[in-house]
Amino acid sequence: MRHSKPTADEIQALIDGQMHLEGPLLPILHALQEAYDHVPEAALGMIAETLNLTKAEVHGVMSFYHDFRKAPAGRHVVKICRAEACQSMGANALSDAVLEKLGIGWGGTTSDGLVTVEAVYCLGLCACAPAAMVDDRLIARADAARLEKALEGAA
Amino acid sequence: MKIWVPMDSAAKALGAEEVVAAIRAEALRRGVEIEIARNGSRGMIWLEPLVEVETPAGRMAFGPMTPEDVSALFEDGHEKALGLTDELDWMKRQTRLTFARCGITDPFSLEQYEALGGLVGLRRALGMTGEQITDEVKLSGLRGRGGAGFPTGIKWDTVRMAHADRKYIVCNADEGDSGTFADRMIMEGDPFCLIEGMTIGGIGCGATKGFVYTRSEYPDAVAVMRRAIDIARAAGVLGPDVLGSGKAFELEVRVGAGAYVCGEETSLLNSLEGKRGVVRAKPPLPALEGAFGKPTVVNNVISLATVPVIFEKGAEFYANFGLGRSKGTIPLQIAGNVRHGGLFETAFGMKLGQIVEDLGGGTASGRAVKAVQVGGPLGAYLGTDQFDTPFGYEEFDGEGALIGHAGLVVFDDTADMLGMARFAMEFCAVESCGKCTPCRIGAVRGVETLDRIAAGDAEAVPLLTDLCETMKDGSLCALGGFTPYPVMSALRLFPEEFGAVREAAE
Ligand SMILES: Cc1cc2nc3c(=O)[nH]c(=O)nc-3n(C[C@H](O)[C@H](O)[C@H](O)COP(=O)(O)O)c2cc1C
Ligand code: SF4
Ligand code: FES
Ligand code: FES
Repeated sequence: MRHSKPTADEIQALIDGQMHLEGPLLPILHALQEAYDHVPEAALGMIAETLNLTKAEVHGVMSFYHDFRKAPAGRHVVKICRAEACQSMGANALSDAVLEKLGIGWGGTTSDGLVTVEAVYCLGLCACAPAAMVDDRLIARADAARLEKALEGAA
Repeated sequence: MKIWVPMDSAAKALGAEEVVAAIRAEALRRGVEIEIARNGSRGMIWLEPLVEVETPAGRMAFGPMTPEDVSALFEDGHEKALGLTDELDWMKRQTRLTFARCGITDPFSLEQYEALGGLVGLRRALGMTGEQITDEVKLSGLRGRGGAGFPTGIKWDTVRMAHADRKYIVCNADEGDSGTFADRMIMEGDPFCLIEGMTIGGIGCGATKGFVYTRSEYPDAVAVMRRAIDIARAAGVLGPDVLGSGKAFELEVRVGAGAYVCGEETSLLNSLEGKRGVVRAKPPLPALEGAFGKPTVVNNVISLATVPVIFEKGAEFYANFGLGRSKGTIPLQIAGNVRHGGLFETAFGMKLGQIVEDLGGGTASGRAVKAVQVGGPLGAYLGTDQFDTPFGYEEFDGEGALIGHAGLVVFDDTADMLGMARFAMEFCAVESCGKCTPCRIGAVRGVETLDRIAAGDAEAVPLLTDLCETMKDGSLCALGGFTPYPVMSALRLFPEEFGAVREAAE
C-alpha cells in the first residue's frame, strides 16, 4: 500500500485520469483510495468542481459506500467475512478471538497503527469457509493462527 | 510434463500459489522439464488446490494438494491421486452447459475457448436479426439467474423494441449473496463465455456498449475480466467490427464499493452513474430507462454466460433440460458447513436432500444437518422435513422459500437460529439503502425485538411477526421485503429457540 502525502496536482491528475469514463465518480473515488488508502478531504471539493456537483453531493456518494475511508487504515487491513456461510463454520468465534487479541472492535485500528480489522460480507469463498483477507491475500478455512501467520508474512 | 493448477481465488485462498512455487522448485531440483498451465476451478472446492497432470489417457487429478505433496507428483503412486478428472463422480454426474469449459481451459486462451465450442454461438447470432436473437432466448426458457427468475428473452425484447440513440447491456456481477460464487468462478475461469453472451445480447438488442458491474470484494475476477476483454478486443471479438460483421460492441468493467444493495438492478444503475446506490422506483423499467436514462438490459452473470451455449446448441436443446417452468440447468453452489462444498451444474429438479446429503456429503463437522439457507441472506431456511422439495422456482415458492442465485448454505445442529434471525435483521439494517421506512427503521427494530426475545421476553414474538409483515408489504425492494424470509422461517422451524411454543409460530 502506498502512503504518499496527497498534493493538489496529484489529486487533480487522478481525477482527470478517469474523466473519459461515463459516470466517472466511483472510478475517481477508487483511484484516490488506491493511491492514498483513503479519500482525502481536500479531494472532495476538487471532484465537485470537476464534475459540476456540490461538495455535499460528492460527500453523499462517498459516504454511501462502505469501502471509502476518510482516513488511512492501519498498515495492514484484515477483513473477516461475517456472512452466513462463514458463520456456519465458526466465523463469529474467529472474529471474536482476533478482535479480542488485538484489543479493538470492528473497524478499529490497533494503537500502534499496525492492523485494522474490517467486516466484509462474503468473499465468494463460501465452500471453504470461514474466509478472510489480509491486505490483498485471500485466506480460506481461516483460523486465528493462519491469520496471524499471514500478518507476520505481510510485515 | 504439463501440469494444471487453478488460478481461481478459492484455489489460491487454499494455497494454489504455494503449490505452484513448490512444483517449479521440485522440477528444477529434479531437472525435469515442466509446463505449468493455469485454469479455473472445476468446482470441487473441497479438493482445491486440485492439480492436474496431462497424460495420454487424459488429465489426472491430485488433491487437495499442499507443497509437501508436490515431490511425490514426480514419482509413481501418490496418496492424493484421484484418477482421471473427467471420471470423478462429481464431474460425471453433472450437465455442464454454462460451465462446459470452466476449469478445463486457460481463461486467457481464446484458442482453447474456440476449441471447446466458444464463439460458435456468436457467429450464429451474427447471421440472425435482432428479433430472431431475442426469439431464440425466449424459446430456450432461460430465466434470470440473479434471483427474480424473470424470462430473459422478454426483457431483451423490451430493450430491442425501445427507440433510443443509445442502449446498454449491463451484467450484474455484484454477487453479494452468502453461499454463492458461480459468477466469480465464471469470471475467473471462463471470462470469454460472459463476453460472448454479452456480445450476443448487445447485438440482439441494439446495445453497443456493455458494462460488467462487479464487486470490490472480487479483485481477481476484476483483473481476469479486464485482461480477457483486452484479449477479445485485440482479436476483433469486441470493438467496432465484431468478428467482421460490421456491428460494434464494447465492454468495460466497473467496480462497486462494498454495498450489498447495489446488486439490486436500479441501485446498481445509480452506482454505475456515480450516484448513491439508492433503489429507484419502478416504473420506469430499466429496460426502457436504465443506465444514463437509456434502454438497458440488466442480467446476472450466469444468465448471460448461458447465452452462448443456447446459440451454440439451439434453444430447444437447452429447454429440454429442467423441470416445469424451470428450464435448463442451474449451477448449484453448495456451501457452509458441508463436507463436499463446490459448484455442481445440473438440470433443475434435483431434490434438496439429495443436494445436501448425497452431493454435499452432509456436514463438514460430521454432525446432523439442522437447516439449509437457500438463496442468500434474503432466502428462507429450510429444515430436513423439506428435503423432498425439487430444486425449481415454483417448487421453492410453494415452500415459502426461494432459490435466488442457487446458493445453499448448510448449518449443523449447533447453529443458533435466533442468532441467525438477528443477523438477517442486522444485515438488512447495515445494507439498507435508506429509501423506505419499513426497511430502514424496521430492520433496526427487528434487531431490538430479537434481543428482547433472546433475553426471555416471549411476548415480543408476535411483535416480530407483525414487523415482518410490515417489512414484507411496505418495502420497495427485496432487501426489506425478503429479510422476513430467513427470520420467519427460522421462527417457524425452531420456535423453541425463540422461547415460543410451536402454536404461537404457526
Ligand atoms: C438487495 C438485492 C440484491 C441483489 N443482488 C443481486 C446480485 O448480486 N446479482 C444479481 O444478478 N442480481 C441481484 N439482485 C437481483 C437484481 O435486482 C435483478 O433482478 C437481476 O440483476 C436481473 O438479472 P437476471 O434477470 O438475469 O436475474 C438483487 C436484488 C436485490 C433486491
Ligand atoms: S427495501 Fe430497503 S434497500 Fe430496498 S429500497 Fe427500501 S430502503 Fe432501500
Ligand atoms: S459467506 Fe463468507 S465467503 Fe461467502
Ligand atoms: S417504499 Fe418508501 S416507505 Fe416503503
